[in-house]
Amino acid sequence: MEPVVKVENLSKKFGEFIATNAISFEVNKGEIFGFLGANGAGKTTAMRMLSGLLTPSSGQAFVAGFDVATQAELVKKNIGYMSQKFSLYEDLTIQENIEFYGGIYELSRQEIKDRSKGIVDKFQLASVKNKLVKTIPLGWKQKLAFALALIHKPKVVFLDEPTGGVDPITRRQFWDLIYEAANDGVTIFITTHYMDEAEYCDRVSIMVDGLIKALGTPSELKKSFDVDSMDAVFQLLARGTANK
Amino acid sequence: MEKYAIQIESLTKRYDEVLALDQVSLHVEEGELFGLIGPDGAGKTTLIKILVTIIGADDGKASILEMDTRQAKKSIREIVGYMPGRFSLYPDLSVEENLSFFARAFDTTITENYSLIESIYDQLKPFKDRKAGALSGGMKQKLSLCCALIHRPKILLLDEPTTGVDAVSRKEFWQMLREIKSQGITILVSTPYMDEANLCDRIAFLQGGKILSIDSPKNITDQFPWQLFAIKSQQKYALIEWLRAWEKVSYCYAFGEYLHVAFEDNTIQAKALNNYLKTGSISASEITVISPTIEDTFIYLMEHGTRC
Amino acid sequence: MKKFYAFVQKEFYHIFRDTRTMMILFALPVALVIIFGYALNNDYKNIPIGVLNQSKDQTSEKLINRIIGSGYFVVEKSLEKPQDIPSAFKLGKIKLVLYFPAHFQKELYHSKKAQVQLIADASDINTAINTTSYLSGIINEFNAENAREINGGIQISTRMIFNQRLLSVYLFIPGVIALILLIISALLTSVTLAREKEMGTLELLSISPISPYMIIIGKVIPYLILSLLNSFVIILLGIFIFGLPMTGSISLLILACFVYTVASLSLGILISTRVETQQAAMFASLVTLMMPTMLLSGFIFPIESLPLPLQVISNIIPATHFIVLIKSIMIKGAGITVIWKPFIILMGMTSLFLFVSIQSLKRNN
Repeated sequence: MEPVVKVENLSKKFGEFIATNAISFEVNKGEIFGFLGANGAGKTTAMRMLSGLLTPSSGQAFVAGFDVATQAELVKKNIGYMSQKFSLYEDLTIQENIEFYGGIYELSRQEIKDRSKGIVDKFQLASVKNKLVKTIPLGWKQKLAFALALIHKPKVVFLDEPTGGVDPITRRQFWDLIYEAANDGVTIFITTHYMDEAEYCDRVSIMVDGLIKALGTPSELKKSFDVDSMDAVFQLLARGTANK
Repeated sequence: MEKYAIQIESLTKRYDEVLALDQVSLHVEEGELFGLIGPDGAGKTTLIKILVTIIGADDGKASILEMDTRQAKKSIREIVGYMPGRFSLYPDLSVEENLSFFARAFDTTITENYSLIESIYDQLKPFKDRKAGALSGGMKQKLSLCCALIHRPKILLLDEPTTGVDAVSRKEFWQMLREIKSQGITILVSTPYMDEANLCDRIAFLQGGKILSIDSPKNITDQFPWQLFAIKSQQKYALIEWLRAWEKVSYCYAFGEYLHVAFEDNTIQAKALNNYLKTGSISASEITVISPTIEDTFIYLMEHGTRC
Repeated sequence: MKKFYAFVQKEFYHIFRDTRTMMILFALPVALVIIFGYALNNDYKNIPIGVLNQSKDQTSEKLINRIIGSGYFVVEKSLEKPQDIPSAFKLGKIKLVLYFPAHFQKELYHSKKAQVQLIADASDINTAINTTSYLSGIINEFNAENAREINGGIQISTRMIFNQRLLSVYLFIPGVIALILLIISALLTSVTLAREKEMGTLELLSISPISPYMIIIGKVIPYLILSLLNSFVIILLGIFIFGLPMTGSISLLILACFVYTVASLSLGILISTRVETQQAAMFASLVTLMMPTMLLSGFIFPIESLPLPLQVISNIIPATHFIVLIKSIMIKGAGITVIWKPFIILMGMTSLFLFVSIQSLKRNN
């Protein structure tokens, strides 16, 4: 089966500075792929290229079968994106946000109606769907943002540190949603600072200074570095010292 | 009675209809490294801002070294160092210019207390002429810390200093905090990261404006009332679903590779657990009894309310 | 097409839910139409004039009563001798002097013609032109009505003083100085404090030993110095390139610029203590300072042509008094004994603005 995300020697240079240095990897359908790295390691640049927002300097990448360099618009149509700020309009209601994103992705009126009902029912938002987003708690915003990233049933969804700041129960509920989506065949591409979340992923890559220094399942990585947690793997790679 | 570095009694603060702090009481000893643990919206920032005397409480009392935050603002501000929740230095001034400004604003010089910040500032020195806005997240954090320490405060109040920073920088930051503590400075830190709680002398769990528990990291886990099992299985998803369906399970949450499970009925041991899994065609590669972690305790208290 | 529609719909939501945008869209046009409607209306009423009647005869008294009766004019001052005329204009309280020379009536009956002089303060060109033409109209009507007795004998001689050539630069430069100082002192100052609030640095400052007074004064001083420099440059440009006269005392002029600048600065501070973001600061400055100054300070539209409520507002705008000061000092050469009032008013305003600002800052702390 053709991988949903295929990256070959992808690079991005800003002047002399090489943000992404010829990285290569593949992600299969329904995989939960953890994209880790320290701040400034090149994660964000790589993700932006894969989302069709930034043109690569060299190399190639195919997302959902489309070339990110030449078919960026088609890439955007087939992916979902959830940023840390949740990309919700605070001064619009929940219902209005749903309708807006539905419209942006050109869903038919019936589709918007159905999916809107689906989202409201699933997260029990019926009592608050006409309230402004800025009045609802953080945990609800997060779940709503995730639902909106999936509203047009994309093949791949990019999650940029989606669980920042929420309480531990909400965090795990969010991961339930991720598992569910993956089970339905959506490929999940996620970055996070929580090392325990790295363990939830099917496979993980760790970027350091623009290069991919590790790629594999959490168990494989822990075994190869002879440590017992992803946190330790990260500590070893990112700074070269292990903190026990 | 012993003089506490920080003392808070029934502190309450309301924003419109939201109760940000609901009768919060706690104290911090001199020289302690105290952690305020809780998610966004728990009230951590509000609490710290009241201590720093930037905002006032609606009810209750707060005092720093026996100086009331309502009456002795000026005196408190002289001995307190503050690092706000987001980068609050001047982005268009260089590293050195920022430090120099804050030193002089606090009636001191960079050299006077340099020994205190030396180990941190050494890492910034190569970039001392760079505009603060152009620094990486980790560097900004170090600079903010230096500016908070430059006047050798007695108490350091840090509002989520490690949020949004990668795991390696976070560890480094806590090492720096331990060094600062060794100089006799009392530190109150707020953080949403449960694993950082272990690095404190004592911690307070804060959720929805209320205190769930206050104790040392070691003792606080005593609040988890049941025996805790850690289960590892290849069939992660199926494992969770199957166990959640068992009504005997009183606690079931994923923790990385493992699933943490507990039963109110303490007669249920590993064998019974394994049998139940077999009935669902799930094989566990590992079932061990573990001590509850800080996060387990926090989740338990969130669900069942405080026992103190 | 659908995504375009969805986007447009969203934009409408944003607009209707943002108070500021709504004000610009609806409240502002209404306010502007009302103000412009009134201001562009050049119908003058109750223009203050002075009368120098050396003849004090029946005809002149009759004409004066007629003029007062028209409703357009109000006699504010009675003068005794021609030498009093220039100083009567210095403060700008009267716009025109009506001068009946001695033996007016005698001349009228004997030689069938006599002159009445209209001496207008042309530092306010529009007012001067309009005033003289109204008065001329009334006098000519008087001539026509009393044709039997005086046979059209009253002749009108007009003199424009302070601005013989009716240069519009006299009107323009003082207003520009007022506006530029306002922009630098008020707008920029309001933005700088709001910026610290927005960036969060104000929090750190507020817990440092730096007192609120120090913060405010510290922020004000650079803008004060730069504003003064700016005002001098503009004045010099006005004098040397556009020929604006400089008849009064230089030190008084510097003092006037200084006092006005400080008043504007204190206004800027006041705005910044009440807003949270730079955007709000700019908006507030625009609506409460810029626009009233441009429209109501006498810069473009004479104050006399405004309806009473707007005239009242005009009086509480610092720029109005500053323009009076500039014109009095530069064009009319007035001294401190004459123009002390606007100075006191500006200083009073400054104290008020600063007091309220400091109270605000203290309360926030």
